[in-house]
Amino acid sequence: MLETEIKVTPELAAEHGLSAEEYARVIKILGREPSITELGIFSVMWSEHCSYKSSRVHLCRLPTKAPQVIQGPGENAGVVDIGEGLCAAFKIESHNHPSYVEPFQGAATGVGGILRDVFTMGARPIAVLDALRFGPINGASAAAASPANITAKNRHILDGVVGGIAFYGNCFGVPTVGGDVAFAPCYSGNPLVNALALGIARREELFFARARGTGNPVLYVGAKTGRDGIHGASLLASAEFTEQSQQKRPNVQVGDPFLEKLLLEACLEAMHTGAIVAIQDMGAAGLTSTSCEMASRGGVGIELNLDLVPQRETGMTPYEMMLSESQERMLLVAQRGREGEVIEVFAKWGLDAVEVGRVTADGLLRVNWQEETAAEIPAKALAEEAPVYQRSLAPPSSARGKGPLLQFAPDETDLTENFLRLLAWPAIASKRWIFEQYDFMVRTNTLEGPGAGDAAVLRIKETSRALALTVDGNGRWCWLAPREGARAAVAEAARNVACVGARPWAATNCLNFGNPEKPEVMWEFSECVDGIAEACSALNIPITGGNVSFYNDTLGQSIYPTPVLGVLGLLQDASRALGLAFRNEGDTIFLLDGSAEQSSAGPASSANSQRELSSSEYAFALQGIAAGAPPTVDLAAEQRLIELLLALTAKGLLHSAHDVSDGGLAVTVAESCFASKDGLSAEIILAQSDPTEKAEIALFGERGARAIVSCAPDALAALRESARQYGVGLQAIGRVTRNAFRIQWNGRTVIDSPCDRLRDTWAGSLKSLMTS
Amino acid sequence: MKFGVVVFPGSNCDDDSYHVINKVLGQPVEFIWHQSADLAGADAIILPGGFAFGDYLRIGAIARFSPVMRSVEKFAKSGGLILGICNGFQILLEAGLLPGAMLRNAGLRFRCLPVYIRVETTDTPFTCAAKLGQVLEAPIAHSEGNYFCDAPTYADLERNNQIVFRYTTPDGRENAAANPNGSLAAIAGICNRERNIMGLMPHPERASEIELGSADGLVIFQSIVQWLSRRGESGQHETRTEPAALRV
Repeated sequence: MLETEIKVTPELAAEHGLSAEEYARVIKILGREPSITELGIFSVMWSEHCSYKSSRVHLCRLPTKAPQVIQGPGENAGVVDIGEGLCAAFKIESHNHPSYVEPFQGAATGVGGILRDVFTMGARPIAVLDALRFGPINGASAAAASPANITAKNRHILDGVVGGIAFYGNCFGVPTVGGDVAFAPCYSGNPLVNALALGIARREELFFARARGTGNPVLYVGAKTGRDGIHGASLLASAEFTEQSQQKRPNVQVGDPFLEKLLLEACLEAMHTGAIVAIQDMGAAGLTSTSCEMASRGGVGIELNLDLVPQRETGMTPYEMMLSESQERMLLVAQRGREGEVIEVFAKWGLDAVEVGRVTADGLLRVNWQEETAAEIPAKALAEEAPVYQRSLAPPSSARGKGPLLQFAPDETDLTENFLRLLAWPAIASKRWIFEQYDFMVRTNTLEGPGAGDAAVLRIKETSRALALTVDGNGRWCWLAPREGARAAVAEAARNVACVGARPWAATNCLNFGNPEKPEVMWEFSECVDGIAEACSALNIPITGGNVSFYNDTLGQSIYPTPVLGVLGLLQDASRALGLAFRNEGDTIFLLDGSAEQSSAGPASSANSQRELSSSEYAFALQGIAAGAPPTVDLAAEQRLIELLLALTAKGLLHSAHDVSDGGLAVTVAESCFASKDGLSAEIILAQSDPTEKAEIALFGERGARAIVSCAPDALAALRESARQYGVGLQAIGRVTRNAFRIQWNGRTVIDSPCDRLRDTWAGSLKSLMTS
Repeated sequence: MKFGVVVFPGSNCDDDSYHVINKVLGQPVEFIWHQSADLAGADAIILPGGFAFGDYLRIGAIARFSPVMRSVEKFAKSGGLILGICNGFQILLEAGLLPGAMLRNAGLRFRCLPVYIRVETTDTPFTCAAKLGQVLEAPIAHSEGNYFCDAPTYADLERNNQIVFRYTTPDGRENAAANPNGSLAAIAGICNRERNIMGLMPHPERASEIELGSADGLVIFQSIVQWLSRRGESGQHETRTEPAALRV
């Protein structure tokens, strides 16, 4: 055989991304030089993407335990108890590199992969959310002084990514119910596509990926194996991009959502037969990772006969078969003697289910092909004994955020024009153009879809409960101050979930960073992990899993450190789910402020607020500034606000709730107007909080632990009582009207515009950018 | 009275239709696998939304050859009620059980949003419980819902009062902005001449519970129930009392 004749050399190992030390370790484990197939297997399993070799030492600092946690990190997805015998399986994962090389298929297969992670647990997927980051798509602002060819390319990437997510989710039949989108120049060469999937299962129906029972058959199910996606995990996802990255298109997989829908139905039906012992999806590193990980978790071995693997191309070598990342495939272990029942179910759905191997007692991954042994490696060595690196950390040599700060507008300025520009800014503007391409209602559980609430809300049929879900993460803040930015991501996600009336219940995280071999990037990573750990501990939110994506660099330029937090919330009473839209003319509008009553921070100074506002979306949108420092996160204040919001929604006192975040209070109030069914507007009167405060701080500042709520005027006394009880500041700041949208600050009208004009600007901006 | 919901490989609104019939209306309902020739004794058949056979080749082009479709055609000829929703409507067109065809949406993108449709005739088993001119709010979710037919077919549809729903504004006016996909004459749903087969692009099963935003779509299922129970009482099996129905 040609392939077996290939002599493995240290140079070849280096081409596979293995360092000299790693290669030496391979030889030590095997007691000999590896075959080419074995080299391929080691290179993918020990890749950064599969082994977490740079992140492992830090990830252990995350809090993962809580009474509701059934399965923490380490399985296909995390699982939490949600009561009434049900549990929720959920996880977020990145598909950044493929989405840059081939936006449509990259994003589509990202969705496909995370869906498989959820339904291999035995859970039927009920929702998908996506966190997306792109380079600037408009050149109109000072912020986006990017050349036209760059913005055009970024629009092309956005268009392809959204199309790919829609293509996959819509056909598969899972609603895409939410997400977030942000833009910054650092994502031009490295967009982020993080997909989160949520599924529901009865507790006794959960499945795990632990092979058991010597002699049990190993079945391959789903699509046939082709040559696509070879080295997707090792060479695409575990290295920086260079000018030649487009040549990596063959490393991107191609998705078939119809096949995955069949696979879903067949898997759930086959699981019901009781004949399946363990199951795992073939994602990154395909047949290699499923076989050695299932064997390793179960403390057994697996022997595969590659001649039996269904193939869509001829002449495939063991190397290619073991490394292929063809989509829509699963590997499962069945009970010996009952494999026929499993095969029958798959046949009904028109899918291959073929016995390709068996469970052994020797702990080895053995790969046979044409009467030869192509690989024989201890499964544990591949899955659990990858090198672990304590990479060096160093804060950036020059402190960030030192650049020019935002210049305040002169005191008497009418801020209406600035406000209009902010509303048209892609990160703030309505995302309808995006989410209208997603089926966000299929399965008829969507109580709050995209844009309707601070988090998506899904009812759980046959119960009175509902789940809330959101994704958040501010890369700019994490770049300026990684730990603070990460704390803010957790706090915002938790606040969003509380705004719809749900108790934050568990979290999943997707950690998107640059090259971990750069000490600066590793420092950012470590700081962000600490920030997440602090905030999750303070707010009692366990992390149940997630994903690390390193090497988000193009031509040496790293992305902003971008941890994305997905927080799941639980509502005991689905009928209490609260939206962000104002409901009735004449309702009173309140600002809830967790820090107002027991502020630990000293009085704000104008220098502080200038630095703070310089880190805001407003500063970036209007002046192209990303500087200063993000607002300090007061976790105790966040906790107080969350508890108050939960108490108020449980009592049914509120008509709307919306947290203050990107774009500040003015955008928050405006969004509650825009979402209202019959064109409601608002009049807001703000006092100057201290003599140094500027109007722009009051309107556009993004300090956390705050929410805008509305309620009937006669609920005031009850609201005041609850706010006092929970130690949260409560300030009546205006009312819901049918007049012009007006904000008065310090006795002066600073924004005054027909609400329609604001709404049209906000609603039409993204669509006109994307379709012009 | 019994409903049957056909399941093709790739159907994904089958559970949603089942849920409404079973849990909201409290009527008996059964899934029917596409390879079955047996319609399980159902009095009304629903072809649900989704992506039957992945929409490969051409939407509905493969589904129409599923064994179940022979039985559905026979059932239709005998006056049985058939409701095609979204992909189900597309399959009915492809099978020739309803006239016309679907084009890509004007704008060439998948669109998911609530729309408003006006009841153009109550003289069908699917709208007999609605009021003429009543406007229903129900969502669409499709990329090919741009209904098209040639001029003679359109004249036929008009003459025989086969246009069941049109896209309108919430207050029942027709205009370009209210037509979400560019459909000819704002057509959202049609029936056959015999009036026992209806297809529509909006999803009434997603608009049958107020907590989901609208319960307007329920009237379509209620009409079927009302029509079937009246037929049961009178022992009649014709789909329509007017002479037009006899021109088979």
